[in-house]
Amino acid sequence: MRGPHTLSPGERELIATYVSALNECYYCQTIHGAIAAAHLNGDEDLVKRVKADFQQADISGKLKALLVIAAKVQKGGKNVTGEDISHARSKGATDLEIHDTVLIAAAFCMFNRYVDGLGTTQPRDEALYRERGKQVAREGYIAVSKTYMPAKAAAR
Amino acid sequence: MAHIALPEGNPGISGGFAFRPETATPMRELADILLYQPGSLSPGERELIATYVSSQNDCYFCQTSHGAAAAAYLGGDAVVKQVKADFQTASVTPKLKALLTIAGKVQRGGKNVTGEDVAHARNLGATDVEIHDTVLIAAAFCMYNRYVDGLGTWQPHDQTMYAEMGKHLVEHGYLRPSR
Repeated sequence: MRGPHTLSPGERELIATYVSALNECYYCQTIHGAIAAAHLNGDEDLVKRVKADFQQADISGKLKALLVIAAKVQKGGKNVTGEDISHARSKGATDLEIHDTVLIAAAFCMFNRYVDGLGTTQPRDEALYRERGKQVAREGYIAVSKTYMPAKAAAR
Repeated sequence: MAHIALPEGNPGISGGFAFRPETATPMRELADILLYQPGSLSPGERELIATYVSSQNDCYFCQTSHGAAAAAYLGGDAVVKQVKADFQTASVTPKLKALLTIAGKVQRGGKNVTGEDVAHARNLGATDVEIHDTVLIAAAFCMYNRYVDGLGTWQPHDQTMYAEMGKHLVEHGYLRPSR
């Protein structure tokens, strides 16, 4: 989500947030929405618009085409068509961007099920997510994970 | 033909792995921990969970390759076929049936898992680590299956190839490519 990339971290977090919203995972859509907003100059309204109807949101045509692919992967990988891919390419998407969109969508189908399937604690406290979102946007996932993971696992 | 220019000759997930080695490494490591490294559930039982979820997700490559690994661990594919068709009547332990119930619910969505499902698995001897790993195997295969089908990977219908892959997974785990 943070490595150097032609899709910005904010765009990739929007894909993660959107898929988590489709999977109705409160924790994931709220924390990744907060990370996305932190990358996008604090624009929480844009995050809300993407979740409500990304076709009407103020994002690039390329990102809209990638969100179409992400939504199809969320429902099941076979839903992605050659037309979806050509449309994304015609809007400037590269194969790497298409690959990573498919994998982000697939990975959030894992993360969301893991979080909800274990019945984890998911506090309803927007300020907490906003603060953590800023921290992840600033420091990245690996650095933040060191605050709660055993030293050996975090050191990898 | 795959949706993007995946290196040719790499079936299923290995096409995505060859295209993007940076993401292949953690995906291989997760599969190795969940399915291959020692645990209180046998590797064969864990491969059955992976196969069942892949079958529910209708992913041909994943259900066939992990089914082959399960068959190699369990000495034949009879149980694999039973689990895919109706695990409640399959020759597996009641504990594994309870865990497969949880895996099936995770496949449809994490919120479907109930306290009763978990209590039932515990009554049949499942530990919290086994319940955790069942949830994560099921969730992870909702990722792997979508990755394999979402990229439109090459999924040959060649049972000999899958049997060889299953043998490789049993002998070497997930960190190294089988071909």
